[in-house]
Amino acid sequence: MSSRTSHVVADRLNGIQENVWVELIELAKEVKPVNLGQGFPDFAAPEFITKALRDALKQPDIFLNQYTRSYGHPRLVNALSKLYSKLLCRELDPLNEILVTIGADEAIYCTIMALVNPGDEVIIIEPFFDIYEPVTKMAGGIPVFVPLRPKKTHGPISSADWVLDPKELASKFTNKTKMIIVNTPNNPLGKVFTRSELEMIAELCKKHNVICVMDEVYEWLVFKGSEHIRMATLPGMWERTLTIGSAGKTFSITGWKIGWLYGPRELTKFPQLLHENCISSCATPLQEAIAVGLEIENEHMGTPESYWRDLVDTLEPKRDRMAKFLTTVGMAPTVPEGGYFMMADVSEIASKIDLDAETGMKDYRFVKWLCRNKKLQGIPISAFYCNEHRNLGENFIRFCFCKEETTLEKAEQIIMDLKNSLL
Amino acid sequence: MIFQIECDRVLTPLCYITHNTLQLLLHLDFDSLKLPFFNLHRGSKESSRTSHVAADRLKGMQESVWVEFIRLAQEVKPVNLGQGFPDFAAPEFVTKALSDAVTGPNVLLNQYTRGFGHLRLVNALSKLYSKLLGRELDPLTEILVTVGAYEALYCTIMALVNPGDEVIIIEPFFDCYEPMTKMAGGIPVFVPLRPKKTHGPISSADWVLDPKEFASKFTNKTKMIIVNTPHNPLGKVFTRSELEMIAELCKKHNVICVMDEVYEWLVFKGSEHIRMATLPGMWERTITVGSAGKTFSVTGWKLGWLYGPHELTRPAQLLHQNCVYTCATPIQEAVAVGFEIEMERMGTPDSYWQDLIETLEPKRDRMAKFLTTVGMAPTVPEGGYFMIADFSEIGSKVNLDSEQGTKDYRFVKWLSRNKKLQGIPPSAFYCNEHKNLGEDYIRFCFFKEETTLEKAEKIIVDLKKSLT
Repeated sequence: MSSRTSHVVADRLNGIQENVWVELIELAKEVKPVNLGQGFPDFAAPEFITKALRDALKQPDIFLNQYTRSYGHPRLVNALSKLYSKLLCRELDPLNEILVTIGADEAIYCTIMALVNPGDEVIIIEPFFDIYEPVTKMAGGIPVFVPLRPKKTHGPISSADWVLDPKELASKFTNKTKMIIVNTPNNPLGKVFTRSELEMIAELCKKHNVICVMDEVYEWLVFKGSEHIRMATLPGMWERTLTIGSAGKTFSITGWKIGWLYGPRELTKFPQLLHENCISSCATPLQEAIAVGLEIENEHMGTPESYWRDLVDTLEPKRDRMAKFLTTVGMAPTVPEGGYFMMADVSEIASKIDLDAETGMKDYRFVKWLCRNKKLQGIPISAFYCNEHRNLGENFIRFCFCKEETTLEKAEQIIMDLKNSLL
Repeated sequence: MIFQIECDRVLTPLCYITHNTLQLLLHLDFDSLKLPFFNLHRGSKESSRTSHVAADRLKGMQESVWVEFIRLAQEVKPVNLGQGFPDFAAPEFVTKALSDAVTGPNVLLNQYTRGFGHLRLVNALSKLYSKLLGRELDPLTEILVTVGAYEALYCTIMALVNPGDEVIIIEPFFDCYEPMTKMAGGIPVFVPLRPKKTHGPISSADWVLDPKEFASKFTNKTKMIIVNTPHNPLGKVFTRSELEMIAELCKKHNVICVMDEVYEWLVFKGSEHIRMATLPGMWERTITVGSAGKTFSVTGWKLGWLYGPHELTRPAQLLHQNCVYTCATPIQEAVAVGFEIEMERMGTPDSYWQDLIETLEPKRDRMAKFLTTVGMAPTVPEGGYFMIADFSEIGSKVNLDSEQGTKDYRFVKWLSRNKKLQGIPPSAFYCNEHKNLGEDYIRFCFFKEETTLEKAEKIIVDLKKSLT
């Protein structure tokens, strides 16, 4: 009797591998470094949110532990509608123009799988959040990559200095282009696309009839001097834009895995349908608590009580502290305008170190060396580039600064010691 | 679109009916997708992209048939036995565990956890199922934690089914099997369970597959079969010999067996839940799906799992990684705690699962009795918390002409509108060609408070009186 050999696995998984972080996760388990790799805070989630969940569980409304509406718990979609209607200056229909998902990950999955056919091209801006590529491939789409490049190589670099080449971007649009994915604020760079940068993308989308997928999960984490602009508010863009958000990033509860997307019904109905046949519905009590959180923040927005204001006020000094100590050791950081990651060019310091004991691309080797020898964990940036462009990332490492002061102190200490050891 | 109506708190549970019990279908008129706005030029040039907006994999999904039901229920506010979940509180030991997880000192419980399953949970699942399977289940490579059994089924099908692969689905079927198979490009092949008696008390054990008919469904294109035991909506608990018959064909034709065992803990006296994965030669070709929602009466937590040999779980893990990446940490922590507690008291009088069965069995019997009284012929389930009943006798005494659709749809609507009692029409659990097999039946859920069942009973008894 033959047992299963080849062709067990569906073709759509061809070329899909386990996440590139596995090796690093294993190493971290062994070494237990100061971990600036993970993209989440190591301090407590805000109490008003965790309390909201606790209250939801104690409530007499027992239905909060049972299935809720597939496209999103009514209280939550109503809160999202209220919030975004204000920010978009348009009435967002809670039932038809919003979908609640298992984090932004599932929003991206449903959007791509619902809209991309085999052969459709999807433009992905590098460095990119890692799931865009495999999901595009699973949908049979063809990822087309275009990199942001730093327009300066010396002196203090801001994420604003990383830009698209207009000609290069325009050349990527063909009659097969179905979609473009834009992440602003950007992970890992922290770039907050300006209005004119978004307008450039918008013009091309309109010209080529392309759907614009905006990954705006870090929308609330924008530092002084920058402004988060929603593509969906640009002229002619509402009808072709799906925007993605994340409760995890909004309320520092990445482990709750609740996100959403919104857009015109004509587009939203397709990811809604896919979601319905994939997940069916998201966790009710979590959605209830997040709705409560949004109701509270909606009231506090723009006031000193605002959690988002507090988050930005907390993160900005951490950003500045990290930029400073990285610069001290000869790493050249790109100071982010938003988000909670910072990329740094490690080529100078790496040239002073013997990385031969490690394997892989230069940034991987440096990250592993740093972890193993100095007990400090970062993330290698070449993973955020397509195969052909990995060299664009191999001089960089990514650190997360959304960490307790004690964590950042330890990191700083390690970095200073590293500097001293190299003198 | 089913959710175009106002959804208030009362309605939310009603909204659920549609996606738990049926194919949620949306008719996509692909011509209409070339919507005017999308072809409007902006600025100078006409759009050059030609492909349709929606991906082809959504083709074949049809208009939702439940729009009418939901509106009706909103209007009528019936006693609702349609919903597949309890209308009483979830067990406190589990809800407390969730509350403790999010408010406790371990702050990382609110942040991302391991993609294929939170360690504490996969370890608990491994411990539990290793015992039940009589084999060591590797928590890291042989288990995947998913967003409900739903996502487990989705990942399994999408990870293993190629366009053109045939997937055998036993009718009546849980509604998602068909659209998921189609989304993967698979070809669903249906084979019905049929009642072998038409008179006298009928048990779900009386619903059987015809061995010849069943065997004829296996071809050289058959990639997978999906078996649901205990079964929704019938409540059938497949016997060892029935599972062996399926197993023989799976081995003969080299087919992957997907076992939807979400109601595994809800098996009544006289029946035994048997895991296909324990049958000879089946471990290597079986993926088994479970559900925390059904296990701990917390359907709204949307947490499930699958287990099986690494060769089969790995593709599902990879698909999951790209779909949701990871499940909610605090929920997994709480479910792990729930399992740790239950494992200690399994087989003892303190067992929650034992308590659940003892609570549900009399409800089952009560419902079977009052349905019989009114001339409906229930199929008494051996497991699960649904009951189907043949209403054709009573259906012939009432005028269903004012309603539309297949007979069961008309009866369900009539019952809701006129008697304020909500059920589910089982023809939705059959493929188009076989809908007639379901049209004499209605499905009720008996996992309800006594007061709810009392109200339902009263309505049924009044119905009987009005017909004499």
